Amino acid sequence: MAASSERSPPPFPESEEQELEPDLEDEDSDEGADIFTGGMLSDVVMDPPLPTSASEPAKDIFSDAPADSFNDPLNKTSAEPEKTESTGLSKAQVVSLVDKAADDEDLFSDPLGESEDVSAEVHKASQNDVVSKADLFGDDDEEDLFKEPLGAVTKKPQVPLFTEEPNDIFTEAKAGSKAPSDLFTEETFTAPSAAAAAKPSVNTGSKTNGLHSDEEDLFAEATVELSLDSPHNDKRKREAAKPSVPASTLSSSASTSKPQPKTLEELEEEENEDKFDLNISVTNPEKVGDGMNAYMAYKVSTQTTLSMFRSKQFVVRRRFSDFLGLYEKLSEKHAQNGYIVPPPPEKSILGMTKVKVGKEDPSSAEFVERRRAALERYLQRVVCHPSLLQDPDVREFLEKEELPRAVGTQALSGAGFLKMINKATDAVSKMTIKMNESDVWFEEKLQEVESEDQQLRKLHAMVDSLVIHRKELSMNTAMFAKSVAMLGSSEDNTALSRALSQLAEVEDRIEQLHQDQASNDFFIFAELLADYIRLLGAVRACFDQRMKAWQRWQDAQNMLQKKRETEAKLLWANKPDKLQQAKDEIVEWEAKVSQYERDFERVSATVRKEVIRYEKEKTRDFKKQIIRYLESLLQSQQQLIKYWEAFLPEAKAIA
Amino acid sequence: MMQEGLDDGPDFLSEEDRGPRAVNVDLQTDATLQVDISDALSERDKVKFTVHTKSTLPNFKQNEFSVVRQHEEFIWLHDSFVENEEYAGFIIPPAPPRPDFDASREKLQKLGEGEGSMTKEEFTKMKQELEAEYLAIFKKTVAMHEVFLCRVAAHPVLRKDLNFHVFLEYNQDLSVRGKNKKEKLEDFFKNVVKSADGVIVSGVKDVDDFFEHEKTFLLEYHNRVKDASAKSDRMIRSHKSAADDINRIASTLYTLGTQDSTDVCKFFLKVSELFEKTRKIEARVAADEDLKLADLLKYYLRESQAAKDLLYRRGRALVDYENANKALDKARAKNKDVLQAETTQQVCCQKFEKISESAKQELIDFKTRRVAAFRKNLVELAELELKHAKGNLQLLQSCLAVLKGDT
Repeated sequence: MAASSERSPPPFPESEEQELEPDLEDEDSDEGADIFTGGMLSDVVMDPPLPTSASEPAKDIFSDAPADSFNDPLNKTSAEPEKTESTGLSKAQVVSLVDKAADDEDLFSDPLGESEDVSAEVHKASQNDVVSKADLFGDDDEEDLFKEPLGAVTKKPQVPLFTEEPNDIFTEAKAGSKAPSDLFTEETFTAPSAAAAAKPSVNTGSKTNGLHSDEEDLFAEATVELSLDSPHNDKRKREAAKPSVPASTLSSSASTSKPQPKTLEELEEEENEDKFDLNISVTNPEKVGDGMNAYMAYKVSTQTTLSMFRSKQFVVRRRFSDFLGLYEKLSEKHAQNGYIVPPPPEKSILGMTKVKVGKEDPSSAEFVERRRAALERYLQRVVCHPSLLQDPDVREFLEKEELPRAVGTQALSGAGFLKMINKATDAVSKMTIKMNESDVWFEEKLQEVESEDQQLRKLHAMVDSLVIHRKELSMNTAMFAKSVAMLGSSEDNTALSRALSQLAEVEDRIEQLHQDQASNDFFIFAELLADYIRLLGAVRACFDQRMKAWQRWQDAQNMLQKKRETEAKLLWANKPDKLQQAKDEIVEWEAKVSQYERDFERVSATVRKEVIRYEKEKTRDFKKQIIRYLESLLQSQQQLIKYWEAFLPEAKAIA
Repeated sequence: MMQEGLDDGPDFLSEEDRGPRAVNVDLQTDATLQVDISDALSERDKVKFTVHTKSTLPNFKQNEFSVVRQHEEFIWLHDSFVENEEYAGFIIPPAPPRPDFDASREKLQKLGEGEGSMTKEEFTKMKQELEAEYLAIFKKTVAMHEVFLCRVAAHPVLRKDLNFHVFLEYNQDLSVRGKNKKEKLEDFFKNVVKSADGVIVSGVKDVDDFFEHEKTFLLEYHNRVKDASAKSDRMIRSHKSAADDINRIASTLYTLGTQDSTDVCKFFLKVSELFEKTRKIEARVAADEDLKLADLLKYYLRESQAAKDLLYRRGRALVDYENANKALDKARAKNKDVLQAETTQQVCCQKFEKISESAKQELIDFKTRRVAAFRKNLVELAELELKHAKGNLQLLQSCLAVLKGDT
């Protein structure tokens, strides 16, 4: 057991590793089956003990630490979110991690070989960890939460600095450590907790570091997994690889001790891949009804081997508002928990009116096709999401013959109006909430998301303009072709006349090429960007949800503070009659605070996991679509070559 | 070889494309008189062309010499040909169009104003592009002025024109001035009269089938070439805007690639690099179409106008001749001023016959030249289109290979 090593004096870093591992293992073990629901909470609960494992630097500091005015919740929170997040991550990424771990074992076989007394190695590794963390994350923002003393601490994960705060936590942790047993498998956990017991100096700082680095690992690995041989990644991978050594040791030890979690993981992995066993297509758009009450109905066909569905193949007809209704239901249920609920295509009153009026012109046909494709991608995104797939509404949408008519999806209806007002108030409250970001990861991601949003919008506008210009080009080419044909017909030199009419034909074909390319520009490239601009909106919304959760928690804390003050006043004023009531209130609010705190941690974890999932999907989608797009360009160049090659002898034949 | 077009900088109208001379007309070169524009200088709103002459003709003092000429002097030379009755039977080589750098200059100026609002890279990129555009227009202008001189120098009669020789040899300012308002107004009225007259004249049935045919042909041809020229311009313009879009997409992709943290950033960067190259090719496709197709059509728009003018002059002479005949008949009937009428009739007849004779040859030459020029340009166009498409294809293939290797 690696645990033994921890007891040796310098173990601070190891302990981190240890913590990480347990986390991971936990994830694997209990959560495997339904990761997204129950597991999370329990994790959170058990988390507190983890910090304890950190070892060395604390002692001296320990004494002064309590002096800090931290109240436990704060410390705890700062520590915990990390963990939960990491767990979240691990869940999502467990698979990759495990794979990774296996790989790493090979790679690092020597150190591992002697892993029984890993301490030295681990230590090194963990140091790497810390370092890498420092590099990667620049600085830790924990400080903010921790008020002044910590502020100093954060920038560099130096041990001495961190040591101050943890005590509180530690004490808490101690308390906690007894409780958590449930989910944690003892073997893994015992080690750290034992270590913790041995050296009570746990420091949150180091712990967070550990966690951080771990997350980093996961993160890096997730990406690595996507493209193993890309040189760019290699760099990352190497960085990641170092820290992951300890992970691998742990996981290896864990895996030996309990083979079960791994299999579960594998199962999960399979399931992840099996996502595509669920094949959804949206086809046959059909106009139903007449006039302004007309609507488009789409055939939604599903093909699946998943057992949760009643049959392997089924078809339903859905109208656009049904899709919107599905989104409303999903976002109502899941958005507040920090999930990224894929948004459906926007309503387009103009486009739909055209369709309703029923002119069979190409623009309305294009509109319908565009919407059909967008709806298909939308559904595919929904079912790709493991927890949304579990939602009964999704199943109902795919399976049930008749759906109750979705209401309130009209942009101009009363419900729509209410929604608008809600959005406006949300925007206002968003502006007023000043969140002291506790986690650099979120801050950076949010920034990234925002700048990505900006760039994507810019790019989208440009691709749109390319589409417009390409269409224009196609039109102008057609006109030129006609005009050249006319010129050819009036030319009196026969060979030249012939060549000119050939040129007209070539230009005619090129016109078609441009037109096809314009629609490729649009459907492959521009629509991808539009999808991701919408998705980024959802990503930002989930960041907002996290902020809201935080705000709720903060409010509760302020309230608790007030209650305490009242209590103190009462005590001072010596009014025992009201004292009891005040005490009750404090208890009540304490419960609320911890409840909200847990909520916040849970949301944070979900958000983190979701964002990573989103990035993974984005990478996959963009790669796929970019290649498709380039292939379409390639094809049109090939055609172009063919056309001009055929024309060349004609030109040469002019005499 | 396919790549060669890619790496050259803003100077995208390389020599090879421009061709040293006579882009749109096929001319027999004659060693006794060779004219070219060896240099040109853009000074504010003026362009100064260095006209270089090599000749063995005895009426030049030297065998080789250069003078500096401006656009107005070219116009003066052209007008002197048009006004010369002696040349009524020729297709007067069309005057080169006025150099027009205003649009390009304006854009450069706007760029200067917008400097603050864009990144440094964007700015340099835009600047390079506009400079390239400016250069392209400049070269085109020079080429068109050169074509005019070459056409004159290759013409058996016009090459001997005194004004032409003065234009080539006199090494000082010809002190021609642009037309003032009054003259412009006169020109305008002359044109109105001419076109009204043209309608009358064209209504006259020609006695000669050749000319009758040429007349209908040129009328139609001129209109269609005008249409084709306008359409080709529009096509090329939209092609250029598409290339510009690709360019902007490339730079945005680059920004995206630099700030993205996932590993799709490599994709963005690679594709940005690709688009950066393909848009250059697209821009070249547009530029080459402009040069080989639009310019050709534009030139023949002007040349066919010149041929139409010739037919008009001949038609006018024919009408004059017929009127003189009528006058002579009248005079004979009245037995009054018969001699005078006879001489007039003689003069008109001679004039008409002279015009007809040279006009026939000129029109046949016109056709030969036209066919040869179209052949040359269309072949070159097809070759360039192929070259560019292949270059594009190669770029796409190698980029796809890299990207696919990466997934």
